[in-house]
Amino acid sequence: MKKEYIKPYIKRQSAGVMNKFGVTYNKGHREDIEGIPIGRFTDEFGSPVFVLSEKVIRERYRKIYSYFSSKYPKAKMSWSYKTNYLGAVCSILHQEGETAEVVSDFEYEKARSLGVPGNRIIYNGPYKPLDSLVTAFTDGAMVNLDNFDEIIKAEEAAKKVGKKVSVGIRVNMDTGVYPQWSRFGFPIENNGAFNAVKRISHSEHLHLEGIHCHIGTFMMDPNAYKEAVKKVVQLMRKIEHEFEITISYLDFGGGFPSNNKLKGTYLPPEVAVQPVENFIDAVADTLLDELAPDEYPDVYLETGRAIVDEAGWLISTVDAVKRLPDGTKSYIIDAGVNLLYTSAWYNYKVEIDRELHGAYENSILYGPLCMNIDVVAESAFLPPLPKGTRIILSPMGAYNVTQWMQFIRYRPAVAMIMEDGKLEQIRRAEKLEDITGPEFVPDKLRKFNL
Amino acid sequence: MMDRDKLSVLAISDSGFIFDPVTGHSYTANATGLKILELLKAGKEEDEIKSAIMDEFEASDDEVTVDIQDFVENLKKYFLV
Repeated sequence: MKKEYIKPYIKRQSAGVMNKFGVTYNKGHREDIEGIPIGRFTDEFGSPVFVLSEKVIRERYRKIYSYFSSKYPKAKMSWSYKTNYLGAVCSILHQEGETAEVVSDFEYEKARSLGVPGNRIIYNGPYKPLDSLVTAFTDGAMVNLDNFDEIIKAEEAAKKVGKKVSVGIRVNMDTGVYPQWSRFGFPIENNGAFNAVKRISHSEHLHLEGIHCHIGTFMMDPNAYKEAVKKVVQLMRKIEHEFEITISYLDFGGGFPSNNKLKGTYLPPEVAVQPVENFIDAVADTLLDELAPDEYPDVYLETGRAIVDEAGWLISTVDAVKRLPDGTKSYIIDAGVNLLYTSAWYNYKVEIDRELHGAYENSILYGPLCMNIDVVAESAFLPPLPKGTRIILSPMGAYNVTQWMQFIRYRPAVAMIMEDGKLEQIRRAEKLEDITGPEFVPDKLRKFNL
Repeated sequence: MMDRDKLSVLAISDSGFIFDPVTGHSYTANATGLKILELLKAGKEEDEIKSAIMDEFEASDDEVTVDIQDFVENLKKYFLV
């Protein structure tokens, strides 16, 4: 009987480099996701395939909402569509009670098409077409204005609707983090926000009801939220005093991190990323410190990533193995930056679908695109992988299935593991007609001889 | 063409410990790696190495072909061939 084959390796011995943290982030294998074997996903839906978990989404939401609402009496949450606007994902969160937070006319229409009433939509973003503002005001949506031109546009929309409409303003401020997100909203520090309120208070068509901010994304320091809350509450007080209006809501946006590994961070996310409770503490405790109980406004959070990121995986397949001229091991997998726009910022967790023997090496995962930039992971610590090995990347729930692009290849299916353990397809893989459907080829171009 | 002169000076133990007296570097290899290294040192060609591996281990032709190539590339990285 022949011996078991283990891929050959040779490794130069060197004095060990000490790692006082003793954590290996990219090492491990998983044979299933929530009890479903990895192979079943690819058998049913092909490879690559995104997988989402209903159970994890609900658990993450409930954890965050119950903590937030236990700390602040008028806590509200609105689902950030741009993080993941698959119908199934949004519907889970609407079932949980989240309203919809949209940042474009498309997202607005998508929320409406899923059955979200207009007055349960928060409409944010730096660009809102006039028609969509008219629709939003007609529906009674919460609209947060971004700039002076948008105030004027909102007045025009309100005129068309024929009634005085409520609006909020988005503000920005220095919270001690770099870079400051100053391109969105009106700056507090140089009185831009105050002047915007003054302009709205003189308007016959607009009524100011709320203040919105969103200080950044994947924020690592909860203290920034303390600063944001202090400055927004100060602004609220000043506005209420000067213009005799009542602010009924404050919206502190999102930006809470997930357990993903931001590029450039040394520590693994389990160590580097603070628990979500610390961020909620920063918001809620500061609100309670700054406000008297009779002035509590509704307070919204638009947490996206912290709810959905860890509820997602991407299963991909090794198609080829290559040793680069400099000796680096590399693999070509069937998912690239076309599906993983976020690979520019994160070093995902890389797992394989079986236990493999052999020396671990730092390896590069290349995608399938005919482009040099198609690098999914620059340094994944992997044993020698045979062709056909399934690679499981995570966390994948945030931004990937919204920022993916149809470049060269079709976008793959998305499957969801339901709470009862059933597997459902929530988005099928694309077909040629999905891409060519909106195209028109003029008659004179239809014939050619080759 | 592969330069195998450097392989001839390597001290290779049965347990997979390899010492290069020229550079002072030491290496470890698993059983498959050791087998390929010894066959290379003995001047065997790729096809002969492949047959020898497949006679001894349970593996497919395609997999062994790719793995031998990969192993040789690794030797190049360490300037052993």
